[in-house]
Amino acid sequence: MSILVNKNTRVLTQGITGATGQLHTRACREYGTQMVGGVVPGKGGTDFEGIPIFDTVEQARKATGANATVIYVPPPFAADAIVEAASAGIELIICITEGVPVLDMVKAKAYLAQTNSRLIGPNCPGIITPGECKIGIMPGYIHKPGDIGVVSRSGTLTYEAVYQLTQLGLGQSSCIGIGGDPIVGTTHIDALKLFNEDPKTRAVIMIGEIGGTAEEEAAEYIKQNFKKPVVAFIAGQTAPKGRRMGHAGAIISGGRGTAADKIAALKAAGIAVAMSPADLGSTMKQTLEGRATH
Amino acid sequence: MGGRTFELDRRDSVSGLRAQARAAKLSKMNIHEFQAKQILARFGAPVPKGQPASTPDEAAAAFKALGQSKAVIKAQIHAGGRGKAGGVKLVSSADEAREFAASLLGKTLVTHQTGPQGRVVRRVYVEEASQVARELYLGMLVDRKAGVVSIVASTEGGIDIEEVAAKTPEKILTEPINPTLGMSAFLGRKIAFALGLKDKQVNQFAALLAAIYKAFIETDASMVEINPLVVTQDGRVVCLDAKMSFDDNGLFRHPDIRELRDPNEEDPAETEAAKYDLSYVHLDGNIGCMVNGAGLAMATMDIVKFYGAEPANFLDVGGGATTEKVAAAFRILLSDQRVKGVLINIFGGIMRCDVLAQGVVEAARQVNLKVPLVVRMEGTNVDLGKKILAESGIKVIAAADMADAARRVTEAIRA
Repeated sequence: MSILVNKNTRVLTQGITGATGQLHTRACREYGTQMVGGVVPGKGGTDFEGIPIFDTVEQARKATGANATVIYVPPPFAADAIVEAASAGIELIICITEGVPVLDMVKAKAYLAQTNSRLIGPNCPGIITPGECKIGIMPGYIHKPGDIGVVSRSGTLTYEAVYQLTQLGLGQSSCIGIGGDPIVGTTHIDALKLFNEDPKTRAVIMIGEIGGTAEEEAAEYIKQNFKKPVVAFIAGQTAPKGRRMGHAGAIISGGRGTAADKIAALKAAGIAVAMSPADLGSTMKQTLEGRATH
Repeated sequence: MGGRTFELDRRDSVSGLRAQARAAKLSKMNIHEFQAKQILARFGAPVPKGQPASTPDEAAAAFKALGQSKAVIKAQIHAGGRGKAGGVKLVSSADEAREFAASLLGKTLVTHQTGPQGRVVRRVYVEEASQVARELYLGMLVDRKAGVVSIVASTEGGIDIEEVAAKTPEKILTEPINPTLGMSAFLGRKIAFALGLKDKQVNQFAALLAAIYKAFIETDASMVEINPLVVTQDGRVVCLDAKMSFDDNGLFRHPDIRELRDPNEEDPAETEAAKYDLSYVHLDGNIGCMVNGAGLAMATMDIVKFYGAEPANFLDVGGGATTEKVAAAFRILLSDQRVKGVLINIFGGIMRCDVLAQGVVEAARQVNLKVPLVVRMEGTNVDLGKKILAESGIKVIAAADMADAARRVTEAIRA
């Protein structure tokens, strides 16, 4: 068990012939993911290293039985690619593209709400169930199959957490990067709900950032509903007030959304908070050992 | 869609919205008041007549061109609080206009939003004076919680709206706009009635809101703020002030708006970084940081501080960085004279470690690196990256992990 993706997941790549699409389709296939097709308008009938290419997502889904897609198309076309995948009935849509105009996402999200499709991202590393299925740009070799769930707004910080867990012998059930943009398809709470229901997941690492109130809301959800131990880290503890740190969301503002606010909310919900990003793995280890001895 | 998630916790939404408005103001491309008013006017929103002026003589000419007995002269800088700081004045003659413009132009204006260093005034706006009966607040911004564009309105205009939101959240009205429907007339009327507008003002306000929404969508704005929106003594609803900022990601489709970027209002290193599509924020410490990913970049700053040093900058080289981009990033962070040590922390995913290493080697040769350089690399093509650095002949302190890197760079600058 795991969340959202496993060895049976059949994956398309939208934008398979671009440099990024090629590099990561190859890496995902090498990892063992079933990369069953690609979509590039106008290149239908050709193939990428044996993977058939189609003109539309609809054709690709019909021909391959794909139930997931990963999007690498450039920002001006990314929201359209998301909507195309949803309208073709693809269940899981992972948008890696960084720099999608936020108003394009407003429209895409409104459309997605009318479908059964789930979006992860945009501007995210993707999702991996170690040893079974990797969809996205995360380096596969740092992961190890196991029972810790990881959810994060930040891509590279997710790798950091996973790396530390693996070094300590703690494998992962699934790791999901939800993306750092103002509007994303899947939130911390959505991911936590999935981990809560997954019998294979024993505990969860949640990585947040300053800005917005998503982590505070997640803390409240965890306090009320979450049955498993959670370790958290908030990036941006030392960020100066009022300066943007790359993500629109990552901003200190008027007494809310600061690292201190978020950490206080998390601690109040009984969550173990790692104060240094180097302590993510060890905090999880201590949390699990603490549980075991009680 | 609609108010689903939004109305559940009104207090939260309000502060969330304010947080974003603030984020938008500080983070995205900003423009001057007179430019915002020109854009809003183009979409049909009522704004007072006016002209920008860069010299005292131009200000006097603008006063004459308005052809009225009074005008308001307003300093044009990318910050609020200009009135209180002495940057706005009502004048009654061309000579007075010239005189006040002369007292502002080239001078530094310090407001509560500029920081103590202030901003140099390079332009003033000469605008017809309005007879104000009521001052209201109107904002529009991307609302991350609701996933739509939302309207924020209040009867308490002309003052610091953040304070209103903090002290009297019940005086702030927020309404999400359904992206499929667009700006509905009923929603405009609903807000108009809530603001106590009467008679003709109700439809005027609804039309104004529709115009602002159209401007917002068609320019990829991230925030529009009208504070105050006024009702004049003769009963008209007018945008007396205007701030607009834009989504950087949407600017590729608006070359006209991109041209409004005012480099004088930005940190030169940040402007240089923007040319290479790098996310750079100048800070006050002495450890130059180069990281991929905003979250890891912030976490790297956190750990530098954890080990007792201060980061000199935030620098996210992003995902698909090229050798050229990495080299530019390295030059930019070293252009800060206070930098006494450099920490590179890369966890390659989409970013390949070999590309990073190549860029660092090229830049280090160009700039003749004199400060200690600590590199922590992991992820895609890490072995190749380490090999490139090792064979380059550049003196690199290799770190095993993030904590090790922070420790080594803090030790190196103290050595």
